[in-house]
Amino acid sequence: MRIVVCLKQILDPEVPAKDFRVDPTTKRPIQGNAKLVVDSYSENALEVGIQLKEKSGGKLVAVCVGDKRADEVLRRALALTADEAIRAWDPAWQELDAAAVAHVLARAIRATGGADVVLLGRQSGDVERGLVGPMLAEELGAPCVTVATGAEPAGDRLRVRREAEGGYEAVEVPLPAVLTVTNDEANVPRLPKVKDVMMATRKPVKVLGTGDLQLDPSRMDPGVVLTDLYVPEMDSTCEFVEGDDGPAKATALATLLRERKIL
Amino acid sequence: MQGVLVFSGQQAGQLTRAALEALGAGRRLASALNEELLALVVGADVERAAAQAIAAGADAVFTVANPILAEFQADLYLAAAEAAVRQVDPRLVVFTLDSAGRDLLPRLAYRLNAAAVTEVTDFQVDGKVVKWIRPVYGGKAMAVYQQLRERALVGLRAKMHEPAVLDGSGSGRVVPVDFTVDESTAVARVVERIQATLSGVNLAEARVVVAGGRGLGGPEPFAELQKLADLLGGAVGASRAACDAGWVPPSMQVGQTGTIVAPDLYIAIGISGASQHIAGIAGARTVIAINKDPEAPIFKRANIGIVADYKTVLPTLIEQLRAVVGA
Repeated sequence: MRIVVCLKQILDPEVPAKDFRVDPTTKRPIQGNAKLVVDSYSENALEVGIQLKEKSGGKLVAVCVGDKRADEVLRRALALTADEAIRAWDPAWQELDAAAVAHVLARAIRATGGADVVLLGRQSGDVERGLVGPMLAEELGAPCVTVATGAEPAGDRLRVRREAEGGYEAVEVPLPAVLTVTNDEANVPRLPKVKDVMMATRKPVKVLGTGDLQLDPSRMDPGVVLTDLYVPEMDSTCEFVEGDDGPAKATALATLLRERKIL
Repeated sequence: MQGVLVFSGQQAGQLTRAALEALGAGRRLASALNEELLALVVGADVERAAAQAIAAGADAVFTVANPILAEFQADLYLAAAEAAVRQVDPRLVVFTLDSAGRDLLPRLAYRLNAAAVTEVTDFQVDGKVVKWIRPVYGGKAMAVYQQLRERALVGLRAKMHEPAVLDGSGSGRVVPVDFTVDESTAVARVVERIQATLSGVNLAEARVVVAGGRGLGGPEPFAELQKLADLLGGAVGASRAACDAGWVPPSMQVGQTGTIVAPDLYIAIGISGASQHIAGIAGARTVIAINKDPEAPIFKRANIGIVADYKTVLPTLIEQLRAVVGA
């Protein structure tokens, strides 16, 4: 089984709001001292991929759309036993919309041996579009299962556990299939071993450009344009309850809730 | 290309809250664009939900009725929605991003080669141009998008839009969509449903939510939170950190990608306030935060704050509130 995990690198989502700035001309966040990190749902997707490889055998392939900085994400996947790492990038891609990202991923997968299962995070922690995974399924003409928490082989099909109203459901799909992954106790990301991190630095990252991908230009045309990005004014209006200790503050809070008729 | 078509989900003949939110926003959009508000109702039975959509202000309701559409199934509903959009040819298609909306919108946008905007919390209409406004970077910034295609599919963030009111004065028409489908379209098949053992008040609908985070330090304190929630007739929620630690099941996760809640009162205990958590409580009326770190971001969102170790606060608070609510 060839399992492809698409990973996204994002600006650290835990940057405090007070440090978050936007460049008014480029309409992009200013990175400042913030790190770039692997999106957390990508990590869950990678974990599902590792577990699936353990159950079914085969190859685990990590794919990322991004510039050289994204190699860090791929190295982490290699350290977590990914067999191949592929990065697709063209400096002309400054503002790819979700459909264009899905198209690039589909062509990158096609150019590197295809996939039986493609895993992505349900949505990223930066722009939170939630579009790329299902659009990639359409690109590949494959079924899509969203908010998956895990998967296992079931004959020539895949049995996927996914979040559903009031619990979970099990869904069976033929291969190839695209799964978008949500966080769950069943897919808490594991940490790489130190020796594997060292090994990963020596493994190659295959870089694909526009020429390798055979892109359809009409699919790269953006459907939307970002016309503004700004930091909203958020006045903190928090009223702190005073008191000498915890119980005193609790009493003051109960009084406040009664007086204001909040309860 | 004319009109604002709203995907209007139903459960047993009743439009869902998500559908009413989308119809409410759809009405405002249609009026501002001076176009018709159109509803799409899909299911085994569509009459009652279609009548509700008209009562909610739709000028016309397009229906897809088929026994195999009794339960939501993404592949089947996607085919139905695609047929409807091709027949109706609307300028905008509006979804609320509940689980069905999240499944349908991206794939439908791909098939129709339409612009796609998600998590929309606000919009501005100027002539025929709409500016779609949504939070990004966990609410630390707001982004404004404009569509570059004639048709856009718009996903509204749940619980952020005023729902339509069923006032019964509408007089819209009901038009069946020319569409046939059979089971073979359902490629992904549900083979088993696993109910989580949930008890008590539904988190999404609760008027009071008591939620715990990493600061609780383990699963045991959630029993104390449950006591407080029971006292107030509320539900217990948790931050993603508490769920990922395995202290409580993920069904209790409150946040942008967990359950989005909009209670009258939200009590956050030991929750630092990661952006995605704050985004999930944007609709809460009053937020009380109890945290020992005065710098915790949750206090930026909270209306009332207590800086203290929750362990020293909770017993007295429960005791005092028992007197307030007269239990």
